[in-house]
Amino acid sequence: MRQTKPLRLHVPEPSGRPGHATDFSYLRLAPAGEMRKPPVDTSAYDTRDLAISLVRVLDDEGRAVGPWAEERIDPELLRKGLRVMIKTRSYDARMLIAQRQKKMSFYMQSLGEEAIGTAQALALTKGDMCFPSYRQQNLLIAQDVPLVDMMCQLFSNERDSLKGRQLPVMYSMREHGFFSISGNLATQFVQAVGWAMASAIKGDTRIASAWIGDGATAASDFQTALTFAHVYQAPVILNVINNQWAISSFQAIAGGESTTFAARGIGSGIASIRADGNDFLAVYAVSKWAVERARNNLGPTLIEWVSYRAGPHSTSDDPSKYRPADDWARFPLGDPIERLKKHLILEGHWSEEEHNRTQKECEAEVIAAQKEAESYGTLATGRSSSVATMFEDVYKDMPWHLRRQRQQAGV
Amino acid sequence: MSYRPSTGKTRNMTMIQALRSAMDVMLGRDENVVVFGQDVGYFGGVFRCTEGLQTKYGTSRVFDAPISEGGIVGAAVGMGAYGLRPVVEIQFADYFYPATDQIVSEAARLRYRSAGDFIAPLTIRMPCGGGIFGGQTHSQSPEALFTHVSGLRTVMPSNPYDAKGMLIAAIECDDPVIFLEPKRLYNGPFDGHHDQPVVPWSKHPMGAVPEGYYSIPLESASVFRPGRDLTVLTYGTMVFVAEVAAQESGIDAEIIDLRSIWPLDIDTVLASVRKTGRCVVLHEATQTSGFGAELVSLVQEHCFYHLEAPIERIAGWDTPYPHAHEWAYFPSPARVSEAFRRVMGGTPGREVQEDRFTAGREG
Repeated sequence: MRQTKPLRLHVPEPSGRPGHATDFSYLRLAPAGEMRKPPVDTSAYDTRDLAISLVRVLDDEGRAVGPWAEERIDPELLRKGLRVMIKTRSYDARMLIAQRQKKMSFYMQSLGEEAIGTAQALALTKGDMCFPSYRQQNLLIAQDVPLVDMMCQLFSNERDSLKGRQLPVMYSMREHGFFSISGNLATQFVQAVGWAMASAIKGDTRIASAWIGDGATAASDFQTALTFAHVYQAPVILNVINNQWAISSFQAIAGGESTTFAARGIGSGIASIRADGNDFLAVYAVSKWAVERARNNLGPTLIEWVSYRAGPHSTSDDPSKYRPADDWARFPLGDPIERLKKHLILEGHWSEEEHNRTQKECEAEVIAAQKEAESYGTLATGRSSSVATMFEDVYKDMPWHLRRQRQQAGV
Repeated sequence: MSYRPSTGKTRNMTMIQALRSAMDVMLGRDENVVVFGQDVGYFGGVFRCTEGLQTKYGTSRVFDAPISEGGIVGAAVGMGAYGLRPVVEIQFADYFYPATDQIVSEAARLRYRSAGDFIAPLTIRMPCGGGIFGGQTHSQSPEALFTHVSGLRTVMPSNPYDAKGMLIAAIECDDPVIFLEPKRLYNGPFDGHHDQPVVPWSKHPMGAVPEGYYSIPLESASVFRPGRDLTVLTYGTMVFVAEVAAQESGIDAEIIDLRSIWPLDIDTVLASVRKTGRCVVLHEATQTSGFGAELVSLVQEHCFYHLEAPIERIAGWDTPYPHAHEWAYFPSPARVSEAFRRVMGGTPGREVQEDRFTAGREG
């Protein structure tokens, strides 16, 4: 009988750790313009090359190249997109400071991931419903939702539409196609499919857009969503944002080693594409393609957006404990704002002056909104909705035991 | 025995037929009602509860689902957010656990966390309960796992008339409702005398069910059997076990069928216990931290000065549901009668001989 060595448990590790640079060769990059653009009625099986490569439009010089660039995007839309990204980054930066000043208990930035939600939001139509995770604030900002409304939620103040019940960033804005955020990961992914099924049941034309991070793809609701989306051919876009990190866990520990998250879609019979999440033009073009598929009843699409979580996971996190401090600077796909800026300047639709002016305008807008939001109170001032509202909305009508407990609470 | 008399044209129905009729009525009345679950569509359900509904309403209203409880409930939450009124089935209550996150973290809290921006008007049907040699995973009564969750309504009918009226009320309710169906009662009442022939619902007055629309308000208990000596708080199959125990013990028990387990009809409960001064709590589910504990606590809190005896609790033993020992596990009429006698001040039965269980620990 042949001797074999003892078995060994394989535990994936990131190549980079504090003080040691990351080797990004695992990213399976492709040059801009290289990947083909299939027809919208493609079969899932025929997208398998797209699920393991990378759709990119913007090259290193900022030119839009390849088949995904053939449909010209209105420069006004790109200018709007750039502005939204700049505004989102200003908002994040300001809210981070507000959290440090204890005006709110908690905050989560989307630094480095601004292109993804922004471009897809601009590819969707009013009436479509997004089922976001907690890092898609740009879906709201792209729709010009008043920042003050968002901030009131963060501050849990007397104008917080969620009455201080939810942790900061867990927005809910039905009117803006933004489903109530839950702390429980991945739950929204299958709910999005259900919403899309409902739209199909009613013969509607609205579609759903689902959002999940790389880490949360390991949750069972991810696979469940893929199965249901495939079985019922639901009109849904299944977005996986692979920002390489789930708090301190590298994406390999979520199952990303030697494979892609887009490849999961192929196995489930869903047309799948892996795209550059820091390339605004690629995000818009691929989103448009997926929107068209869903809208024309051609079924679901899974898109893995390759990006990088440039900031800490949350205000409770210190990334220097588990990854190199200069990791984002070395990430091959760069900064989505810088890349779109370069493209627009090259095309003559933007300038350094306009960029600086826009930045100042966005900062001023954020500061003004913050001032107004703070006038309605913050966690620090303690001005929030009345305690009596704590017992409301548990049920449609308040049952006897909650009426009694409300009395016991003295409210 | 008292029950709400039916109105309108009635027909004899089993609980299965009554539940099917409720779904049929609601599918017909409200185009936002959809019914789905494992084997629910073409086949009509493993218990026949949805038979013929797909043929009548089409595959976009009544359809089969993959074997994924989390997916079924999660998709239903999304449909509810869209504006539909999903009625989903978990094949056995014993298999709801994979959907726990979607039920507890999502359906139950959606209205609260979004301040009414989104709601989850779902009905989740689950066949539950034992007495059918179902073993560990076809016999459970998990109601206490739902009653502990803020935002859920948990209900359980005990007869065809209530089953239809309550299911219609559950479907119409804008809160998520866990609708537990005692499968032992699907075809006829069962009083725990497993050695006697089963009487079908066609021979029972509660098998007369109106053919059209009616509803029984949630949070309304029924006085199943009026009595003077003691109050039994129970629901599901145990209603009939309590009834036969009252006959056999000669104790004039007032049996309250809670119907809605939580939130419950507190007024009916308290009025009865204050009248009788004695209370027995009875359920199939395991005892420790079972819903009975909440009932005991409520009665103690609200009826303390009316009580003439300690509150008794008869429940399933704190073990997984066994197969071969079904009838030693299922709370029997004899066990219930014995509890009645203890509460009335008769000879203490073996369950109060404390030395029997403390001795083992000391020895």
